[in-house]
Amino acid sequence: MAILEVEHIRKTFGKTEVLRDISFQMEKGTTLSLIGSSGSGKTTLLRCLNFLETPTSGIIRVNGETLFDASVVSRSREKEIRRKRLHFGLVFQSFNLFPQYTALQNVALAGELLAHEREDWRQNRKSIRQEMQEKASHLLDQMGLSDRKENYPHQLSGGQCQRVAIARALALEPDILCFDEPTSALDPELTGEVLRVIRSLAERHMTMIIVTHEMAFARDVADTVIFMDQGEICEMGDPKDVFQNPQKERTRQFLAGYAGV
Amino acid sequence: MQTILQQMPIVIGALNTGFVQTLRLFFVTLLGAFPLGLVIAMGSMSRLHVLRGITRTLVWIIRGSPLMIQLLIIYYFPGLVFHAPIWGGGESGRFQAAAVAFIINYACYFSEIYRGGIQGIPVGQEEAGLVLGMTHSQIFFKVKLLQMIKAIVPPMSNEIITLVKDTSLARIIALQEIIWAGQSFMKGSQGISGAIWPLFFTAVYYLVSIGILTILLQRLEKRLSYFR
Ligand SMILES: Nc1ncnc2c1ncn2[C@@H]1O[C@H](COP(=O)(O)OP(=O)(O)OP(=O)(O)O)[C@@H](O)[C@H]1O
Ligand SMILES: [Mg+2]
Repeated sequence: MAILEVEHIRKTFGKTEVLRDISFQMEKGTTLSLIGSSGSGKTTLLRCLNFLETPTSGIIRVNGETLFDASVVSRSREKEIRRKRLHFGLVFQSFNLFPQYTALQNVALAGELLAHEREDWRQNRKSIRQEMQEKASHLLDQMGLSDRKENYPHQLSGGQCQRVAIARALALEPDILCFDEPTSALDPELTGEVLRVIRSLAERHMTMIIVTHEMAFARDVADTVIFMDQGEICEMGDPKDVFQNPQKERTRQFLAGYAGV
Repeated sequence: MQTILQQMPIVIGALNTGFVQTLRLFFVTLLGAFPLGLVIAMGSMSRLHVLRGITRTLVWIIRGSPLMIQLLIIYYFPGLVFHAPIWGGGESGRFQAAAVAFIINYACYFSEIYRGGIQGIPVGQEEAGLVLGMTHSQIFFKVKLLQMIKAIVPPMSNEIITLVKDTSLARIIALQEIIWAGQSFMKGSQGISGAIWPLFFTAVYYLVSIGILTILLQRLEKRLSYFR
C-alpha cells in the first residue's frame, strides 16, 4: 500500500493558481525528488503536505488515513492538526534552527514538549527527558556532529546547521521527511556533507521527498523523480528515464539548462 | 554670607527630596509604560483596520509632538476648558498629571520597540515550531519570547536612559523634582538666593544614575549575547 497518496491538490493564492491538480503516490521507504523551474510550485506543495498551507481542493492520505480532504468542511482543533502534521517532517532551505538553543537542545526540544502530553509525564519527567536527550545525542552522532552538540547555531557552519535541522526533523520520527532545497543556502563546498547525510538516509529507506536543484543528486538518490512545471506534474518516472529520455518538450528544455548532468 | 560649604547640607537635603520625586516619576512611568506599550503594540498590529488605524494615529501624534506640550495639555486642559480640574491640587495632583503624560508618551515609544521585536522574528521560526508539532503558545514562550527580549533590550535601554533625563520636563508644571529643587536656590529658598551652583550640582545626580543604569543594562545585554 502506498504510504502517501496525493489526489487532485489545487492551491490558489488570490487569483493565481500555484498548484493545479497534483496527484501522485509514494511507496514506503522510497525517495522522491521534485525538480522544476523557479515558481513551479515545489515549495508550495511541500508546505501543503506539512499543513503550512491549506490546499484549495484535494485529498492527502498517509497510510490510508485521510489527513486532509478539502471537500470535508472541518474546523480541526489545533491538537488534531498537530497530530496530523507529525506524519511529515520538513527541512527548510534556511535551516530555521532556534538560535537560543544548543544543537542538542534544538533536536530534543519538540520531543520534550510533546512528551508533556503523555499521561506518565508527571511521574517519569526525569527519565523521559533523559531518554529524549539520549535520542537527540544519538541522532547528532549519526549526522557526524558528535563534537558539536553543545554549540549554538551561530557557532556552526551552514552545513552543520542543516545537519542539525535534519536531526531535529528525524527526532519526531516522521513517516515522510520533506526537504526544500536543503543545500541552496550553502556554500558549494558545504553541500557535499549535507547530501551525503541525505543519501545515507535513503540507503536506510527513510521515506523522503526532496526538492532540489542538484540534478545529479536528484538522479542518483531518488527512486522516482517528478518534474513540475507551472503548478502541474509535467513528467514523472524513474530518474534514469526522465533524465536520459525525457518524454515532454518542457522537461527537455528544463534539463538542457543543467547541461553536464 | 554663608560659604558654599555651609550651604551644602541644606542644598543636598533639598536636592535629595527633589531626586526622590524624580525617581518616583521614573519608576512609575516604567511600571505603567511597559504593559501599556505592549497593549498599544498589539493594537497597532491588530487585524482590525479601525483599531490599527486608531492606535497608529495615536502613536504618531504622541511621538510627533513634544512631551512638554503633552504635559501642559494633560495638566491644564481639563481645568481650563471643561472647568473640571481632575488633578487634585498641590504636589500630588501635579505628580498624577505628570505620571499620566509620561506613561502615555513612553508607552507609545515602547510600543514601536515591541512591534519591531515581534515583527523582526523571521516567520521561519514559527513555521519550524509548527512543523515540529508545537502549539502556538509553546512557540511563543519557548521559541520567540527570548529572541524578542534580546531584540528589544538595546533600543529599550536607550529609551530608559532618555527617560531619566526627560523626567526634568515635569518642571514645566512645577513638579518638585530635582531641577525644580536646584532652581529654587536661584530665586531664594531656605536663606540661600542667587546661587546657581546647586543647579549644576543636579547634573551629578543624573550622571551617577545614568552611569549605574548603563552598567545594569549592559549586563543584561551581555547575558543575552550567548546566542545570535
Ligand atoms: N503566500 C503566497 N502568496 C502569493 N503567492 C505565492 C505565495 N507563495 C507562493 N506564491 C507564488 O506561488 C508560485 C510558486 O511558488 P513556490 O515557492 O511554490 O515555487 P518553487 O517551485 O518552490 O520555486 P523556487 O524554485 O524558486 O523555490 C510563485 O509564483 C509564487 O510567487
Ligand atoms: Mg521553493
